[in-house]
Amino acid sequence: MKIAVCVKQVPDTWAEKKLRGDDSTLDREAADGVMNELDEYAVEEALKLQEAHGGEITIVTMGPERAGETVRKALSMGADAAVHLVDDTLHGSDALATSYALATVLDGRDFDLIFFGSESTDARMSVVPAMVAERLGVAQLTFAQKVDVDGTSVTIQRVTDYGFETVVASLPAVVSVVEKINEPRYPSFKGIMAAKKKPVETLSTADAGLDGSRLGLAAAWTVVEDFAARPPKATGTIVTDDGDGGVKLAEFLAVQKFI
Amino acid sequence: MSEVLVVAEHADGVVKKVTSELLTLARTLGEPSAVWIGPGYCDAAAATLGEFGAGKVYVADGAQYIDHPVAPRAEVLANLVSEHSPSAVLIASSADGKETAGRLAIKINSGVITDAIGISADRIATQSVFGGSTVVHSKVIKGTPIFTVRPNSTPPVPASTTLTRVDVTVPVSELAMKAKVTGRTVAQKDGRPDLAEAAIVVSGGRGVGAAEGFAVIEALADTLGAAVGASRAATDAGWYPHQYQVGQTGKTVSPQLYLANGISGAIQHRAGMQTSKTIVVVNKDSEAPLFELADFGVVGDLFKVVPQLTEEIKKRA
Ligand SMILES: Cc1cc2nc3c(=O)[nH]c(=O)nc-3n(C[C@H](O)[C@H](O)[C@H](O)COP(=O)(O)OP(=O)(O)OC[C@H]3O[C@@H](n4cnc5c(N)ncnc54)[C@H](O)[C@@H]3O)c2cc1C
Ligand SMILES: Cc1cc2nc3c(=O)[nH]c(=O)nc-3n(C[C@H](O)[C@H](O)[C@H](O)COP(=O)(O)OP(=O)(O)OC[C@H]3O[C@@H](n4cnc5c(N)ncnc54)[C@H](O)[C@@H]3O)c2cc1C
Repeated sequence: MKIAVCVKQVPDTWAEKKLRGDDSTLDREAADGVMNELDEYAVEEALKLQEAHGGEITIVTMGPERAGETVRKALSMGADAAVHLVDDTLHGSDALATSYALATVLDGRDFDLIFFGSESTDARMSVVPAMVAERLGVAQLTFAQKVDVDGTSVTIQRVTDYGFETVVASLPAVVSVVEKINEPRYPSFKGIMAAKKKPVETLSTADAGLDGSRLGLAAAWTVVEDFAARPPKATGTIVTDDGDGGVKLAEFLAVQKFI
Repeated sequence: MSEVLVVAEHADGVVKKVTSELLTLARTLGEPSAVWIGPGYCDAAAATLGEFGAGKVYVADGAQYIDHPVAPRAEVLANLVSEHSPSAVLIASSADGKETAGRLAIKINSGVITDAIGISADRIATQSVFGGSTVVHSKVIKGTPIFTVRPNSTPPVPASTTLTRVDVTVPVSELAMKAKVTGRTVAQKDGRPDLAEAAIVVSGGRGVGAAEGFAVIEALADTLGAAVGASRAATDAGWYPHQYQVGQTGKTVSPQLYLANGISGAIQHRAGMQTSKTIVVVNKDSEAPLFELADFGVVGDLFKVVPQLTEEIKKRA
């Protein structure tokens, strides 16, 4: 089985995130980069399927030079190889451009399964997996809390507002995962050493056969007009319960007209 | 005036509150036409859509539209966009709504903006990003603008109209049928307001200690007519069902009032509730990071504070 896992480098989960003053894109220099948390779950799920069914796992990322760190992390968890699409002209790509670039890199490589996280922690759009499925013309199985593969088909439990749906498709398919699915492993020392020797294919947009007029900030379908930091919230009233904490809270709610 | 498509969110034939909000917002952009996709269109649904100003409703009624996730919905919408050239498409920012928007964007080669909390008459969207710390104004510059809009961002205002029903039949493509829903597991409904749409949410976390502990959370929620939420620590422990999880990988809520009890305030929890208008925190640890967001906080044992609050509200009622 050939498995791809799309991973995105994002600012450290706990770091304060900012937009850049010059072009309103995410300020990636302001914080350490880490692998998007949910993408670790996607890598883990791919590794588990590989343990059960064999096959090869390829990490796919689009991002600046330093996203190479995230690629290494995925390789040190156990993935076999990676494709890193890196090109200055990709800077500022929106969801249409990103899905176009990823789909083009994935296309023609005969993947049976393409894993994603279900949402990034920076832009949080939660659309890229569905958009890549649309572009590739393969089944979309997203928000999976459980994945089973039997050789020719894949079954997931798709988390919904009211519980879950069981969704089935023939391979190939796009699968995005939620955090209930597994517990991602930490890279072992051996894994970290082995990762250094694993092949990473670095592609420019030209190498990937991408049409430059559909990429980057200048080609975006959306534009940021302006942005501003929200003024910090005024500090609230904090009281210590001396036996009347509930009553004080009720008074606050009454003043605010909630009761 | 130009036509604005508003995708109706519905469950069991009932139109969700977010749809009334979107219709209200759409009236500031043009003439709203609702789009109903899936089985169960009925008079009650029509009444709600008309009450909030939909002049038309395109009805694609049939199980085939929901027996395959997301893709058929995007096909119906792409079809309507090419036939009627609306000036914008509004969809609720639910998981399905966002994915539908994404697929539609590709089909009609248009830009998409997700999680808008407002849209001005000249179609500039307001987004609240990075956990509410930054406000962004953005717009779509290519194609028919597609917006997904967060629940609870526009107060619904009725504006009665006569609703005209237009039936549409869009065959579901081979591609959209590749993924098939073979079963639905419906978690027990609790009779409380929908979590994502509720005006008040009362949440419990690890501090609640056990499944039985949620009785005090539910009692408070019921005196306030609120929905119940939970942190991942509480859902993972099996104390409360997963569909009530608030946070990055649970529901995003933006109620008028959010009461967090025994929740420390991890970044992933904040991601789902940070834009709540008023935040109340009850935690026995004065250092709990969620106090940073609190408009009002009580440092104390939730098993003392919460029941006392419930009693006090009942007394005042
Ligand atoms: C604050 C903010 C708001 C934005 N709003 C919009 C908007 O409204 N409309 C718009 O078109 N663009 C917007 N963008 C641009 C958007 O970030 C990019 O288009 C991005 O590529 C897709 O969005 P996402 O990270 O939210 O992806 P999601 O759909 O949330 O990501 C889901 C999964 O897709 C995969 N993935 C995503 N990106 C990559 C990548 N580069 N390489 C490999 N795998 C990847 C990962 O597996 C990830 O877990 C915004 C950006 C920011 C910073
Ligand atoms: C990929 C990923 C996704 C995640 N998604 C989510 C998500 O969607 N939602 C989410 O919530 N979390 C999410 N998490 C988990 C998150 O990181 C935290 O672990 C979780 O939010 C902690 O829950 P908690 O605050 O209830 O528990 P804790 O952090 O353990 O806090 C419990 C609090 O209760 C207080 N307390 C204890 N007893 C009492 C008492 N008797 N009275 C008053 N206070 C008391 C304690 O002082 C403490 O502050 C995610 C994590 C990851 C890695």
